[in-house]
Amino acid sequence: MIIVFQLIFSFLASAGFGILFNAPRRALVNCGLTGAAGWILYYFLREGGTDLILAAYTGAIGLTVMAIFFSRWMKMPIIIFITCGIIPLVPGGTAYDTMRHVVMKEYTLAQVYAFEVMLTAGAIALGIISAEMAYQVYQTIRGKVKRNEV
Amino acid sequence: MSGELEAIDAPDRVLSDGFVRDVFYIALNCGKILLENGAETYRIEDTMARIADNYGIDNTQVFVTPTVIIFSMNDYALTQTVRIDERANNLEKIDSINNLSRRIAGGLPLRQAIDQLGTIHDTRIFPFWMVVLSGAIIGVSFLMLFEGVTVDIPAAVIAGAGGVFIMEGIQRYTKIKFFTEFFAAVFIAMAAILYAEYGPGQMLDTIVISSVMPLVPGVLITNAIREMIRGHLLAGVIKGAEAALTAIAIGAGVALVYMLL
Repeated sequence: MIIVFQLIFSFLASAGFGILFNAPRRALVNCGLTGAAGWILYYFLREGGTDLILAAYTGAIGLTVMAIFFSRWMKMPIIIFITCGIIPLVPGGTAYDTMRHVVMKEYTLAQVYAFEVMLTAGAIALGIISAEMAYQVYQTIRGKVKRNEV
Repeated sequence: MSGELEAIDAPDRVLSDGFVRDVFYIALNCGKILLENGAETYRIEDTMARIADNYGIDNTQVFVTPTVIIFSMNDYALTQTVRIDERANNLEKIDSINNLSRRIAGGLPLRQAIDQLGTIHDTRIFPFWMVVLSGAIIGVSFLMLFEGVTVDIPAAVIAGAGGVFIMEGIQRYTKIKFFTEFFAAVFIAMAAILYAEYGPGQMLDTIVISSVMPLVPGVLITNAIREMIRGHLLAGVIKGAEAALTAIAIGAGVALVYMLL
């Protein structure tokens, strides 16, 4: 039950951002699915007691794999699915928290949030790039194997 | 390439001057549209160089940051600099340019490519009410993901939709993003506080965080770091500064209301 609940709302959040970012209409559902995939991975890792950063990293890898699949299948640039897909994971709320504490002069608390923002965003960025690199290496190797066979 | 010496070739006489200028026009404008609509800089550089390459013009240099494009065809002594003042996220246009570039790689004649570029410039966008509705959907979704209570849903709907409405609405009249974000944040905080103080609202902070989600620069921060890891340090720094400014605007807007009420 809780899985369905989490899936539905992370799907809606990502698809909603798809509208906000004016994603192509036929990609909206896939944008939502990408976001749901990343979030559900993240959610289960967090529930299982994994560290926030590691969970964000793994979630980002999961959603990028999904995004690569969709971009190959629908022949669309991968950025469409990644931009909408990382929405549930990105530390937007924490970034807002940071600045709210800064303007309220609670600097110590703000620092804690600021580092959390940077680490989470870094983990997500690294996760996306890791998956993309792995895919590139895979493609290169597959291309070489094919050329040798011919 | 590092280690290799840059070649200065003589221009290819087979290609007429007009042809070269048309290729330049297409590559430059594809890059401009991509940058204005939120594509990553390394991908823009890649696309522009590849378009020129497909029409038989090599030895091009592209330098893209979030605020400027410098593009030169070295063999033809052609260079242009384009300033980009406004950036938004419009994934539909990125997709259209991607399609165009794919078709150019498949051998699309130059004339048709120029015609297609003209039609890309006015792609359809979602109607305004749908964009506002998406603000409400996002607000409610995050309220649920952040373990909010169902009593707070009406507040998330009003604050989320209102925030997007103000941001998109004011953006048509002013170009300074800082103020549109600030006023949207003020509205969201007011709606949330009024609902929590005089209504049945329970978790004020959760309402505010989920409703500001359409405004916060989470994607921007992540993209900034991605650019940096890819080696585009300047682009990363610029995007990071933009993200910090947005976060300050939203934080200040909410904090102002907290202090006043």
